[in-house]
Amino acid sequence: MATGRDWSESVVEVAGGKLHLARAGSGRPILVLHHDIGSPDRLPFYDELASRFDVLVPHHPGYGKSERPQWLRNVRDVAIIYQSLLSDLGVERASLIGLGFGGWIAVEMATMAPREFHRLVLVGAMGLKPPDGDIFDQAIVSYLDYARAGFHDQEAFARIYGDVSTDQLVEWDLCREMSFRIAWKPYMYNQSLPQLLGGVRAPALVVWGDSDKIVPRSAGERYAALLPKARFEVVRSSGHCVEMEQPDQLARLVRSFFEEN
Amino acid sequence: MHVMYFTEQPMSTYPADIGLEFGATALMFSNKYFDPVAGSRLYNEYLEQYIYAEEMGVEGFMLNEHHNAPFCMQAKCNIFASILAAVTKKAKIVLLGNPLPLAENPVRLAEELAMIDMISKGRLVSGFVRGGGQEQLANGVNPAYNRERFEEAHDLVVAAWTRQGPFRWEGTHYQNRVVNPWAVPLQKPYPRVWIPGVLSKETIIWAAKQRYPYIALNTSIEATKNIWKLYDAVALEAGYEAGPENRGYLQQVHVSDSEEKAEKNARQFLWMQGEFTGLAHPVWSAPSGYFSPEHRRQFVEFAVGRAESPRGRPTFETQVADGRVLYGTPKTVIPKLRRVLEETRPSIYGLWGNDGSVSNEDARTCIRLLGQEVMPAMREIGKELGLTDPFEANAPVHLRYSTDLKQMPQAAE
Repeated sequence: MATGRDWSESVVEVAGGKLHLARAGSGRPILVLHHDIGSPDRLPFYDELASRFDVLVPHHPGYGKSERPQWLRNVRDVAIIYQSLLSDLGVERASLIGLGFGGWIAVEMATMAPREFHRLVLVGAMGLKPPDGDIFDQAIVSYLDYARAGFHDQEAFARIYGDVSTDQLVEWDLCREMSFRIAWKPYMYNQSLPQLLGGVRAPALVVWGDSDKIVPRSAGERYAALLPKARFEVVRSSGHCVEMEQPDQLARLVRSFFEEN
Repeated sequence: MHVMYFTEQPMSTYPADIGLEFGATALMFSNKYFDPVAGSRLYNEYLEQYIYAEEMGVEGFMLNEHHNAPFCMQAKCNIFASILAAVTKKAKIVLLGNPLPLAENPVRLAEELAMIDMISKGRLVSGFVRGGGQEQLANGVNPAYNRERFEEAHDLVVAAWTRQGPFRWEGTHYQNRVVNPWAVPLQKPYPRVWIPGVLSKETIIWAAKQRYPYIALNTSIEATKNIWKLYDAVALEAGYEAGPENRGYLQQVHVSDSEEKAEKNARQFLWMQGEFTGLAHPVWSAPSGYFSPEHRRQFVEFAVGRAESPRGRPTFETQVADGRVLYGTPKTVIPKLRRVLEETRPSIYGLWGNDGSVSNEDARTCIRLLGQEVMPAMREIGKELGLTDPFEANAPVHLRYSTDLKQMPQAAE
C-alpha cells in the first residue's frame, strides 16, 4: 500500500464559510466524504486512493477544521455546499466515496444532480431508514463509546486513535454538535430519498462491514435495491469504519469497481 | 420576603437495588418499575402537602417538572398549577418552571398559563427554564438549539400575552400563522417571570438583562454569591441596580421535632442527587450543543469518565457544612437560615422540605413546623435585613417597564 503521499492543504470559501480541504494525487477526481466523527488527517486508505486518483478530502462544514456555518440546518444543504465546491474548483465528473454519514451526503449529491457523477461508492452509508433495525444513536452514549462502536476489532481502533487525546474528544464533541444541528430528527436519514434514488445514473458500489454496529446492513441492501446500477459487497471482519479497519480490502473493491466499464 | 414550599415530588417506590444496579436512572431506567398504584397515592399526597403548606402560611407553591425521571414525578407543572389554582386561595403559584425549548407551540403554553393566571385570580408566577439535557432527549428536542429556542419561545409567549391579536409570528424556530389566543393573563403587563438556574452564566446574564429575578437552585453559598456578582454587574450595564428583589434562593431544608429524625430525613436529599440511585449519564444531562462552549474541554473528560463532575459530588457532611443542606428542629434551623439570609440576601426563598422516601407524616410535620415557627422567624429576619420581595417592592415585571433606568455612559471605542 502506498504511504506518505504529499497532501496539499487549503482553505476554500464556499457559501460564505471556510472549508478545510486536503488534496493529493492525479487522475480521475474522487471526493471522499467522511464520517460523523470527522476524519484523521491521514489514512492509508486515502494514500492508496491518491496513488491512482485526484483525491479531495474536505472536512464537512462545522466538522474538524472547517468553520461552522451557523445557518446550516440540514444535510441536503451540505450536499449543495459540496456541489459548489466542486464547481468552484472546476472539478468535472467526479466520483463520490461516502463513508457512513458521508454516504448520506454523497447520495444527496447524486440525487440532486444525477448526470454529474462518474461513480458512487457508499460505505456503511446513513441516509435511509433501515427496513430492519435503527441507526445507532450517538446521543445516548459517550464520545469514546460511539467511536469504538464503529470498529469490529478494538485493536484497529487503537491503531488509529491511540489513547485518545482530550483534543480528539473535543473534536468529537464538536462533530456531534454539528450532527445534531443538521440531522437530529429524523436521526440520520431523509424520508424522501427512497423515492429519489431511482434517478441516480452513476454506477454504485455499496459496501458494508460484516459487523457494522452503527448502520444495520438492511439499509445497505435497500440502497442496493433502490439504486438502478448498484452492487452490494460485504467486507469481512470489519465494523462500520471499513476504510480504517480493512483499508486494503476496501481499496481493492474500489479499484476493481473503477476499472469496470 | 417571599417564602415558598417546594418538593421535587420523588417517585421513590421502585426497587432501589435495581435502580442502583442500573446506574443512571434519569432517562433510560425502564418505566416497567413505575407503579401507578403508588403513583396515584403519591400525586395525591404531594397535592395535599401543597394545600397544607398554604394553610400553614407559605407565600408561594414552587413547582417544577422533569421527564423520564424517578427523582421527579411531575411531568407537567401546569397540571399541578391548574389544580392548585382552583383549590387554594392566597399563595402564589410559582412555576420554576416550564421548559420553553420543549414547547413545539409556545402560543399554546401562553394560553395554558393565561388560564392558570385567571383561574387563580392573578396568582401565577411564570418561571421559565431551558430544561436539563435529559428533558431534550426525552422529548426529542434538539439540544443544539436549546438556547435559541428558549429565547425565541420566551419572546413569543410574552408577545402572545401583551400584543393585541391577531398577529403573525415568523421566527427561526417558530412560525405561527395566527397568534390570537382567546385567553390572556389577568396580571398586567404580564405575570411575573422568574428564572431559575444552576450554573450557566449565559442564563444569569440573560435574566439580568430582562430584569427577571434569578433563582439559584440549591447552589452553595459561595456559588450563590458569585451568581449575584455577575447578575449585579450586568444589571448596572442595563441601567439599574440589582437588589434582594432580583434574587431567589432554593435550599434543602428539613425540620422535624427532633435532631435525630431531622438528620435521618435530610439524608434523603442525597437520594435525589444519585447517591442511592444514580441520576443521569453526563452525555444525557449535557448533550453536545446544550452546554456552554467554555466548559467543553472540561466536560468531555468528565463525559468519558476521566474527570470528576464539574459540579462535584459532595458528601452529605460537606453539603451540611457549606450550607446547601439545612436540617434540625426549628430552634436549630433558624440560626442557620439567618446566616444564609445574611450572606446571600435573597428576597425569594424556596424551602425544599422533603425528598426521597420521607413519609407523608414526616413531610407534614416538616411543613407544619416550617409554617408555624420557621417562616415567621424568616419574615422577621427578612424585615431586619431589608429583604424586600418583588411584590412588596412593586418591581417592574421586565426591564422595559422600568422607570428608574440610568443612562449608562457609552464605553470608549
